[in-house]
Amino acid sequence: MAGILALQDAGFILGSYALTFGVIAGFALRVLSGGRRLASRIDDDDKYWS
Amino acid sequence: MTTSTTTSTGPADDRTSVRDLSTGTTATRVLGAATIVTMGWLVAFGLGFSPADRDQEDAVRILYMHVPTAWLAYLAFVVTAVSSAIYLFGKNHSLGFDRIAGASAEIGVVFMALTLATGMLWGKLTWGVYWQWDARLTTTALLFVSYIGYLAVRGLGGSHDQRAKRSAVVGLLVVIEIPLVHFSVRMWRSLHQEASVLDSDGDVNMDGLMLFSLFVGVVAFTLLYVWLLLHRSRVIAMEDLLDDQGLDRALDERRAERAL
Repeated sequence: MAGILALQDAGFILGSYALTFGVIAGFALRVLSGGRRLASRIDDDDKYWS
Repeated sequence: MTTSTTTSTGPADDRTSVRDLSTGTTATRVLGAATIVTMGWLVAFGLGFSPADRDQEDAVRILYMHVPTAWLAYLAFVVTAVSSAIYLFGKNHSLGFDRIAGASAEIGVVFMALTLATGMLWGKLTWGVYWQWDARLTTTALLFVSYIGYLAVRGLGGSHDQRAKRSAVVGLLVVIEIPLVHFSVRMWRSLHQEASVLDSDGDVNMDGLMLFSLFVGVVAFTLLYVWLLLHRSRVIAMEDLLDDQGLDRALDERRAERAL
């Protein structure tokens, strides 16, 4: 961890990783929560994946 | 498998229905786990094991995020175009392909936004500025805006077939921008570097560990893309089904009103 913080311009580098993973996690959660909300209103027979 | 138990309170129906509340399957769960593990490797190699670059120094570590998101955004937009073509020119005009096209475009837009954002951070460290109206940056921004337009077209009203037809046409038009973005660094004098992994002779000119870190990044983001595509296309299928059910219900009510 100390090695990572000692990187040159660590703020930019760690910021780019945090931004990427943060945006992806937000998008994935939005997709999953949307799926759960809609799945409760639909019969299992209509879900081709189940 | 995530389930929910819903007990009906109606007098005629006292059954207990159990519904699957997930868009996941065993395959997507395995895929999701593999994605998380590979992302962990990417962080380890990108921030730890991979060496600093001679010229860019540690700023090169941003490229392990920037390059895979850019490549996967291109892939997502190509998948949108291919699915659009299959929908438009196929015999069945299957809406499944339209849903894949829409889901892939959404994921591509997210990846493209990340490409632009991480590129700006890398640009600040390497060029001293966040943004330049350079050929590669400008064409990439144009590609990003074009696919936001594609998603806006999908959001216009009408039937699912109307949505599929008009968005398929747009999807086939905007994909033409990808070669423009890719070759912009050769076609115009550009601040952005040319291809780093393979030179014009097709030779690999990267350090082994750097190349491997980039490879891990591409694998991780490819797994993520497939996982997101499966879930998002299933969500769109449910949205369409609920739309249809709502329309059927409205038509039934209207017919009942007329019958009275």
